[in-house]
Amino acid sequence: MNPGKILLVEDNPDDVALTLRALKSNNITNDVVVAQDGAQALDILFGPDGKGPVERDLPAVVLLDLKLPKVNGMEVLQRIRADENTRLLPVVILTSSDEERDVVEGYSLGANSYVRKPVDFVEFTQAAKQLGLYWLLMNRAPPAPRRP
Amino acid sequence: MALRDWPIKQKLTAMLVLISGLVLLLTSAAFAGYQYWSLRQATRDALSIRGRIIAANSTASLAFSNEADARELLAALRADQHIVAAVLYDKGGHVFAAYPAHVADDVVPAAPGPDGYRFERGLLIGFQPVEEAGSQRLGTLYLASDLGVVYDTFRLSGVIGLAVLAVALLAAYLLSRVLQGTIAEPILALAETAKAVSTRQDYSVRAPKLGDDELGALTDAFNQMLGRIEDQKDELQRYASDLERRVEERTHELQERNESLRRNAAELLAANSELDAFAYSVSHDLRAPLRSIDGFSQVLLEDYATQLDEAGRESLHRVRAASQRMGTLIDDLLKLARVTRAEIRTEDVDLSGMARDIAAELEGATPERKVEFAIAPGLKARGDTRLLRVVLDNLLRNSWKYTAKQPAPRVEFRSADANGGQAFMVRDNGAGFDMKYADKLFGVFQRLHSAADFEGTGIGLATVRRIINRHGGRIWAEGAVDQGATFYFTL
Repeated sequence: MNPGKILLVEDNPDDVALTLRALKSNNITNDVVVAQDGAQALDILFGPDGKGPVERDLPAVVLLDLKLPKVNGMEVLQRIRADENTRLLPVVILTSSDEERDVVEGYSLGANSYVRKPVDFVEFTQAAKQLGLYWLLMNRAPPAPRRP
Repeated sequence: MALRDWPIKQKLTAMLVLISGLVLLLTSAAFAGYQYWSLRQATRDALSIRGRIIAANSTASLAFSNEADARELLAALRADQHIVAAVLYDKGGHVFAAYPAHVADDVVPAAPGPDGYRFERGLLIGFQPVEEAGSQRLGTLYLASDLGVVYDTFRLSGVIGLAVLAVALLAAYLLSRVLQGTIAEPILALAETAKAVSTRQDYSVRAPKLGDDELGALTDAFNQMLGRIEDQKDELQRYASDLERRVEERTHELQERNESLRRNAAELLAANSELDAFAYSVSHDLRAPLRSIDGFSQVLLEDYATQLDEAGRESLHRVRAASQRMGTLIDDLLKLARVTRAEIRTEDVDLSGMARDIAAELEGATPERKVEFAIAPGLKARGDTRLLRVVLDNLLRNSWKYTAKQPAPRVEFRSADANGGQAFMVRDNGAGFDMKYADKLFGVFQRLHSAADFEGTGIGLATVRRIINRHGGRIWAEGAVDQGATFYFTL
């Protein structure tokens, strides 16, 4: 994975399509890697069965849904923060839920940001734009860990 | 044993015997005294008669100095053994004749004493003048008698008296044995009964009544007292057992209630967690399709605008508006659910400050609207800050919303009096409502205005009421169509 890529962990294909469109319409042309469930996200980051990552470089940001098949978003976040290589990786929770306990748990587990997906697509596009601008352009990413 | 510790029977007997003994003793003493005195009188009288007879008989002997005659005369006194001595003196006071013949000198006075009879040195003595009738004195007769008669009679009387005393005392003792029963028996029976009561705690025993005297009355009173005590004891026992039974019943009831409370709590807990899961699911899953509907409608509007006519585009706008309204609806429902579940943290809340913040927020969001806010200062309450903010936010936002068509909108927040207690009041001069529908204001999804006139989901006031209720307060409203509305609430 080249630097500046986005890992989108999202099981709903509609949301994937809309998110990609929103990013694109905001001229965010970074590559987007899509994981359709938590397990796939973990495979992408750590390699199948933990045998090392599929791609060499980490994404610039992970957009993480919470309600996911197989391994849910909170577990994915936990794994990311538990691993030496990924513990500083920027993770933005992007979800439908605005339940307080989800917000609290997300931040407790080390999420960098928590964004609720608005129903209004215009608002959603705005949110995607802000996210892209902030995490891909403004934010200074942590130094990439050295890999063997 | 001290006298006071004697059994009452002995006391009574002793008393009777003592009293009768004392009476007998006093009577005997009086009688003996009288007898002693009268015996002495009689003895003296008898001696004086005897003296006069002998004196009369001895005149001749003295007149003729016939000593032998005189001695013979005196010797006749032998018949009376109590005569100790008798002496005849001549005119010169010399002993002329004496009896007995050799009488001791200490018994016989050397010369005659004064005339008369008297008791002297344990003897009755007498000097009797010897005279011839109507002529001069010839001599003196001396007689000395011991008091044997007196003592013999007196001794006999004493023996009789003692015998009488003994018999009388025996009789008194026997009589007292019989009579004491009438006094002692009821008392003993009372004592026996009292003892039985105190040792066995048996209040059903009764003392036997043995007569209609004061002791009988005492026995009656005692028995009545026992009866009352028995009744009271029975009553107490009844009360006690009744109380015990009631306590048991209550305990049982409480246990059942506790059990049902526990069940209810468990059910409530289950229902709550179900609600939790439901709300979570709604929050996630119901909104996702809405996003798709809205999102792809927008995609159509952006990418295929040229291929759609005005009606097509209008339809897509309606689809988007509807999905967004449903999004709001879902959010409001979630808020309502959260209010129901939220834990209330009671603290001091500055309602005035909160109202000013909300007003500023509303003015900031829609600066083109000019609404006059009249917020009373210093309104304070105790409650959950976040939930009370939801209350004020809903009420003030409603007032803001419903005064939109009013040329001079005014919203007021101050305290009001509610049956002597403090209430808070939010009043506006907006669209108001028909009091006919006042009870529907706080129902979920209940709206008194069309969405075309005023937007809304019909959940806000239901949420407000739920928060107020959870604070133990009350909320009600007054209003009239186009005359504004006033919402009152207590906490």
